[in-house]
Amino acid sequence: MADETKSLARREFLRRGLAGTAGLCAAAAAGAAMRGASAQSAMVWQIDPHLCIQCGQCMTHCVLEPSAVKCVHTYAMCGYCKLCFGYFQPGAAALTSSAENQMCPTGAIRRTFIEAPYYEYSIDEALCTGCGKCVKGCNTFGNGSLHLQILRDLCVDCNECAIARSCPADAIRRVPAGQAYLMKSSHGPAPAPAAKTPTDA
Amino acid sequence: MRDAALQMRSPGGRDRIPPARRILSVFRAAVSMLVLAVLLPATEAAAVEQRFPQPDFKKGHVQPVYQPPAAEAPWRTWADIGLLAGALGLAAHLALVRRSRRGLFLLAVGCLAWFGFWRKGCLCPVGSIQNVTLGLADPSYGIPLAVAAVFLLPLVFALLFGRVFCSSVCPLGAIQEMAIVRPLRLPRWLDRVLGLVPHAYLALAAAFAATGAGFWVCRYDPFVGLFRREGPAEMIVAGGVLLVIGTVVARPYCRFLCPYGVLLNWFSRLSRRHLTITPDECIQCRLCEASCPFEAIRGPEPGPVDRVAARRALAASLLMLPLFAAAGALAGRAAAPAIATVHPAVSLAAEIRAEDAAGTRDLTWATREFRASGETMDSLAARETVARRRLRTALAWAGGFLGLMIAIRLVALSRRSDRRDYIADRGECLGCGRCFAHCPREYVRRGVLDGPLLNP
Repeated sequence: MADETKSLARREFLRRGLAGTAGLCAAAAAGAAMRGASAQSAMVWQIDPHLCIQCGQCMTHCVLEPSAVKCVHTYAMCGYCKLCFGYFQPGAAALTSSAENQMCPTGAIRRTFIEAPYYEYSIDEALCTGCGKCVKGCNTFGNGSLHLQILRDLCVDCNECAIARSCPADAIRRVPAGQAYLMKSSHGPAPAPAAKTPTDA
Repeated sequence: MRDAALQMRSPGGRDRIPPARRILSVFRAAVSMLVLAVLLPATEAAAVEQRFPQPDFKKGHVQPVYQPPAAEAPWRTWADIGLLAGALGLAAHLALVRRSRRGLFLLAVGCLAWFGFWRKGCLCPVGSIQNVTLGLADPSYGIPLAVAAVFLLPLVFALLFGRVFCSSVCPLGAIQEMAIVRPLRLPRWLDRVLGLVPHAYLALAAAFAATGAGFWVCRYDPFVGLFRREGPAEMIVAGGVLLVIGTVVARPYCRFLCPYGVLLNWFSRLSRRHLTITPDECIQCRLCEASCPFEAIRGPEPGPVDRVAARRALAASLLMLPLFAAAGALAGRAAAPAIATVHPAVSLAAEIRAEDAAGTRDLTWATREFRASGETMDSLAARETVARRRLRTALAWAGGFLGLMIAIRLVALSRRSDRRDYIADRGECLGCGRCFAHCPREYVRRGVLDGPLLNP
């Protein structure tokens, strides 16, 4: 009997010792994993607009449908062109807002007459699918004020971003939450959304 | 270039242009596009952002500033982590103190609704293994405190109270819990063999995460598509199939796939307290024997006939652990070249070589972008070599780990314990609480049956 009690006590001691070790190991692993530079803040997925090639995979590869990628507009870079290469199809029959003349397949770009010869273009994010057709037009022929970006209110912050994996230009990466959004006008870290000054430098 | 485009901004609204001029303007637009298309490739490198000048508004129009939508506030993540801790504590209370199957089930419904369908399944300790592994392997990648907390909380609770996370907090477990209709008993050998799959999955997922080959646990999460009600079709189908299988094989993902379950199993074996089938004492009535859909109830065993001989046999069989580990490591290393193609650098290099061999170009976006990026093949080959080398090491470790696990399972098969009661296997019990209602002692505790209270 005494032997059995001793054996039980020994087992219990061993178990507790192992449990303590396991707990310490897990904590040490998590602690060691926190050393890296990116541990300072939450990391969020963003498109580097200077690397983006508008291949259109953002539209189809995001786990969300429609994609969390939308076209955004840096007005400060826009030429307010009457013939906007992001708005009109190449070889459009007429420079009117008829659907067949528009580049955008969902008609998500609004064109507003400001004063001759300037027109302002704004994106209806609810309609935008992130296909990047307008961005390609604007970047190829215009000022490049339109670009694609992952919208923070839509993105579900997947642990492994499906569009980052499929992006052929490696334009999508994690940035510290404070550096989002990566806007076109700023090459380095963009101001935080709270600052809201994505103006041309 | 600029002139051509400026011409297009002919003064005056479109309405005032006579039809002939309108046709002309369209013609000019077409010409200007053509000219631009011809000229641009040459000037692309030097392309500045401002091809067209800033507008000079005469009537004082103020340019709007685009306001990107703000992200969810960080406190919401911490609120979710608080909820996770609260749910874990509540599950432990319901399983160990209240002994309430109904309570555990309702908590599972709540956690499925909140962590699964509402928060889209992305406060996920299962996936956090990969972040921790990458954080350990890559000095430039660190996990934020929130991820560390999500990784540690269920493990700490497993050390204290067993797998309360699996019982009713994990949305992946909860959705399968709801799907159980008529669980079959798997043959013991099949259960043991399938039980090795999570170990292999854990080892591979850790190897891939550590070497930058991607987060495979997240990529092949079968239920997140159901939680979001959107996602890759094949994964939604996989989730549906798992749920259908789950009607007869209880919780197939938890038992035969979940990599985090491996860790929880280990930690729960060492747990300080654990739920018990009987509230006080086992009377060996055998009524609970078949109540567990996960086959986690262990019955009495006679124990070894000759203790000394058994101990000697155990010591001898332990000698085979290093052998199995070494064999596994060699197998992992041997499989590395074939498995390495999952790494993006390796697959890109293979695509480029295949294109070169076939005399074609730009068959995929990736190869086209690689050629456009100006990176040399040597640089890509160097990246590939590094990736292959790191994967070889990681897969050798993974293979060694798996070999060790197989050996431990074999040793455990030959071990006879001298258990006298029916108990829940601390490692494999998912804490659902179904067995409570099968124990007559439970009815005495609740006062439904008359009887003496044993060891209250």
